[in-house]
Amino acid sequence: MLKIKDSSLLQTDNFVSSILKIAASVSAVIVILILGFLIRETADVPSRIGITSFFFDKTWNPTESQFNLIPMLAGSLLSTLGAVMLAIPTGVVCAVFLHLYANDPLRFILRRTLEILGGIPSVVYGFWGLVVLVPMINMWYPPGAGLSAAVSVLTIMILPTASLMIDAAFQAIPRQAVAGVRALGLERWEILTLCLIPQARLGILTATLLSVGRAIGETMAVLMVCGNIVQFPSSIFDPIRTLTANIALELGYAEGNHRSALYVSGILLLFIIAVLIVVISIYERQHQRAKYDSK
Amino acid sequence: MLGFISWTASLATFFILGILLFDMVSDGFRIMMSVDFFTNGPEKAGRAGGIAPILVSTMLVVGIAIAVSIPIGLATALLLSEFTRRDSQFAFFVRKSLDILAGVPSIVFGLFGNAFFCVYLGMGFSILSGGLTLACMVLPILIRTTEESFRAVPNEFRHGIAALGFTKTASVFHLLMPMAIPGLVVGTILGVGRATAETAALIFTSGYVDRMPESVLDSGRTLSVHIYDLAMNIPGGDRMAYATSLCLVLILLSMSFLTNIIAKSVLQRGIYTS
Repeated sequence: MLKIKDSSLLQTDNFVSSILKIAASVSAVIVILILGFLIRETADVPSRIGITSFFFDKTWNPTESQFNLIPMLAGSLLSTLGAVMLAIPTGVVCAVFLHLYANDPLRFILRRTLEILGGIPSVVYGFWGLVVLVPMINMWYPPGAGLSAAVSVLTIMILPTASLMIDAAFQAIPRQAVAGVRALGLERWEILTLCLIPQARLGILTATLLSVGRAIGETMAVLMVCGNIVQFPSSIFDPIRTLTANIALELGYAEGNHRSALYVSGILLLFIIAVLIVVISIYERQHQRAKYDSK
Repeated sequence: MLGFISWTASLATFFILGILLFDMVSDGFRIMMSVDFFTNGPEKAGRAGGIAPILVSTMLVVGIAIAVSIPIGLATALLLSEFTRRDSQFAFFVRKSLDILAGVPSIVFGLFGNAFFCVYLGMGFSILSGGLTLACMVLPILIRTTEESFRAVPNEFRHGIAALGFTKTASVFHLLMPMAIPGLVVGTILGVGRATAETAALIFTSGYVDRMPESVLDSGRTLSVHIYDLAMNIPGGDRMAYATSLCLVLILLSMSFLTNIIAKSVLQRGIYTS
């Protein structure tokens, strides 16, 4: 690194650098603004509604001052759990196919297909779920729109990105490790369980957590297929409503306490995402340290 | 056994893409092929007519988002890759903010945009508030790709240009920017794609109105919001929703196709051409 002091030339650099710093702080400012405005909209909630209402009121009925968010939180968590539990194993299987079974053209086509599916907007998935999946489920288990439809659409939506991330994690495994296991003449099943999965553990975990974040935050796809009835589902075919769907449905006409309650659910979502981000960064740091120690 | 499962799962993904595209094409293609679809406004709440005003609103919203986020994104990426050390406190702070921004659910951006741009700054439901909300949303993806393309410039080049007596600022304009241009283009297309696909953040910022917007302070409906509205609120709007979905997906696909071509041409030419 060159170090020259008191050069007029470097003054330009310093000047430019400080301008860039101002521009770079914009992203930090946006984060602060988001937090600030979510809090500003809910600042008088503790005195007007009270924190406990959100957990212990009888139901969600804002016009009657009932603000229980728990059924919708349960809806969000259940649909996310179902989708991630289906999508991650399937994603691992797709990535295994890419690495252990497919030949080159097939691999190329499958990767491109997954990329295309990953790029389709969620509103299109939602619409497709509404006109294709919901009537299909309705034939066997009316009313069709409900937890199962939400889980299916979410699964289809997060599967492509999850498989691509797991695929990338498999690709990042050192060649020698894979070559060594192959040289031992093991079965593919053993290559998978002894080498690929243990080596790509962190990648699979990150893919899982990111998928959880995407599924919890997803609005449109879920909103269009979940039935939008506020209740604890008693079976997987019952209609539900998620936190995100609730905001999208009601923000348009909400006023006063109702509007504040919706912003509270926004803060709740943000909190869940923040926990996920922290967990991911802790795991990554541990992983880096482990790598460092083993060298 | 493993072979059977993985063949099935992979075939299932082809199958899903196949059904999706088949449904969209079989129901939407004929409507989309007529010129009227692109030149007329929606009639009967969208059951008939076209999507001209919606295309215009979409372009305006995405255009504003990109026009605002590119300068900020470029400057941030330059700072992160060229003007700070990797371990600096400030860079750490900025990176963490970007991580958070990238994780915020789009509906929360909608809540924020509604409270900040529409209500606090008094822009109301308008294309401008929608575009600015989206600008906040695409910033992380834009910065990440741009920073990577700056980092891909080999260090020898930086040493070389420093030895010629260029200041850092001059080397940005004469070396880094020209070399990183393909990366910047790819980042921009990714950002445009993300912005075009977005729905939840726009319903409560740019609004629902399906008339031709007269200024950026008018409310305007984007393609994705149009699909949502036709599917959920308009009985009998399915066919138009299919046509609009097909239109939206084709736009996004051609963008990702473009990205792949640019990325590949850069890989093939290597870094030494510019």
